[in-house]
Amino acid sequence: MSKMVPVPHDSIVPERDVNKLPILEARHLGIEFGGLKAVDDFNLTIGRTEIAGLIGPNGAGKTTVFNLLTKVYQPTSGTILLDGKDTHALNTVQVNKAGIARTFQNIRLFGNLSVEDNVKIGLHNQIKYGMANGVLRLPKYWKKEKEMHEKAIELLSIFDMQDMAGNQAGSLPYGAQRRLEIVRALATNPKLLLLDEPAAGMNPSETAELMNNIRKIRDTFKIAVLLIEHDMNLVMGVCEGICVLNFGKIIAKGTPDEIQNNPDVIEAYLGKK
Amino acid sequence: MKKLNKLTKNSFLSYGVVIAFYIVMQILIGGGMVSNSLKGQLIPICAYVIMAVSLNLTVGILGDLSLGHAGFMSVGAFAGVIVSTTMRFNGIESDIVRMIVAVIVGALVAAVFGILIGIPVLRLKGDYLAIVTLAFGEIIKDILNCLYIGIDEGGLHFKGSAEKLVLGEGGKVIVNGPMGATGVNKISTFTAGIVLVLITLFVVYNLTNSRTGRAIMSIRDNRIAAESVGINITKYKLMAFVTSAALAGCAGVLFGLNYSTVVASKFNFNTSILVLVFVVLGGMGNMFGSVIAAAMLTVLPEMLREVGDYRMLAYALVLILVMIITNNDTLKTYGDLIKEKFRFGKSERKGAEAK
Repeated sequence: MSKMVPVPHDSIVPERDVNKLPILEARHLGIEFGGLKAVDDFNLTIGRTEIAGLIGPNGAGKTTVFNLLTKVYQPTSGTILLDGKDTHALNTVQVNKAGIARTFQNIRLFGNLSVEDNVKIGLHNQIKYGMANGVLRLPKYWKKEKEMHEKAIELLSIFDMQDMAGNQAGSLPYGAQRRLEIVRALATNPKLLLLDEPAAGMNPSETAELMNNIRKIRDTFKIAVLLIEHDMNLVMGVCEGICVLNFGKIIAKGTPDEIQNNPDVIEAYLGKK
Repeated sequence: MKKLNKLTKNSFLSYGVVIAFYIVMQILIGGGMVSNSLKGQLIPICAYVIMAVSLNLTVGILGDLSLGHAGFMSVGAFAGVIVSTTMRFNGIESDIVRMIVAVIVGALVAAVFGILIGIPVLRLKGDYLAIVTLAFGEIIKDILNCLYIGIDEGGLHFKGSAEKLVLGEGGKVIVNGPMGATGVNKISTFTAGIVLVLITLFVVYNLTNSRTGRAIMSIRDNRIAAESVGINITKYKLMAFVTSAALAGCAGVLFGLNYSTVVASKFNFNTSILVLVFVVLGGMGNMFGSVIAAAMLTVLPEMLREVGDYRMLAYALVLILVMIITNNDTLKTYGDLIKEKFRFGKSERKGAEAK
């Protein structure tokens, strides 16, 4: 764990993580869609317990970066090192098993299933038993199901959602659906959690609560978080390092203070004077 | 917000209704109160209930439209007939033993076909998948139509034409091309049918309520999200599809061993659609609904014999009426109100007892 690694000179990894192997290293990552470079020469290093932010104007390629990291799209150039291992040969499912979990900008829950079942599906690769055990209801089924139930309730209680366990996921209020997606992602036991606009549709008090919860998740599970967000209060409040993307290229990297005063960033968001 | 804890209740309701149906039928048959035509319908009812429940696993739980379900039924039926005849030829006379072996072999053969079809087919989505399964059903039917199978001292013979099928002394033709399997020893019983229905319900309910079932339903609800939480899409799709095929194979064995002649053209596109109608009418993913719909709609054409030529017209009218009534919001609201009252009464009573 405490292997020394040459951290790139422009890295924004917080000090406590500098001497540890970064959880994620993207090097010269890029993807082309028929000649259009949606993401180009994307470099990012995320420390083991860092909360990082990925911001940029609409259409900058932020979600595309998430899709590249989770192998929804196969990068046309560059490499991704997850915990020091190249993810080149892995597909979405294997990347998740290797330790990246994500949420979606447009919520993707299993809407017809209960809240608890959604979390249990997240636990799919954590607590296992075979089809025969399930169909014949052998003792292993009961034991593992109990274990799953307890774990699911424990995870739901992070967001104080344990009372909603029996509700249909699709019928939850918007904010609760976003929180459930995070719980489901956490259930897969990730090392890196990707949150795509977690505060979208939340009111200021919910956003403040979410900020605390993101920190709480990082501290309890000792994982890194990379989030895309348009709500600057949340980004500036919770992120330790921020990466700004515009037209598929990184235009700035730094701490919240540095980013807020960066002329390129201001120009990207507001245009030239 | 909707609470979801109906599944266990629903499963016990299904088991209960099936067992009750069996007991009532046995009593009525014992008392001689059942007409011959209804008696003849009992085994087909069981077979179609199994078909509907198993197709509901593919359509309602996995969320893929399959139009070739009768194909698996025919594979099961012919496998069952061959096994049963072979065993009898080799001196195993016990009906129960032959039935059990036939069902197991029928299910396994259908499962193998399920795997063979499933691997290429399940890479497709939506309409494309439906069309390929439709084609599969037709192909199976046509292959079985030109298959000649016989048995003699040297074992089973599979041939492509009648001339090539030359059997030794005392040999017996089992499947005779388009004429199908003739002279089948009828060993299906109502009891065997009910047992198979219960097994099917048991398998499907328990599967749905397990880790595997949740993975299957997650693919139905959101494929991309399922992948993102580490669910192997192909594996679980195949699991559901093969289980569904194997159960259809059981239904085929039950159905095939109920008639003295089994013809491949019986398991055509119309049969697949008929089973799909049961599933849609009973409700996607609702196994209890499938049981009721399959039983009702299997008996209905017989009951409508009285209206003579207008039979199929009346059948269609009944279908449309049931669809309208079960999907009517006003009626649903009334139904919910009645349920609510019922529940309220119960809790009040409980409260009174507590005092």
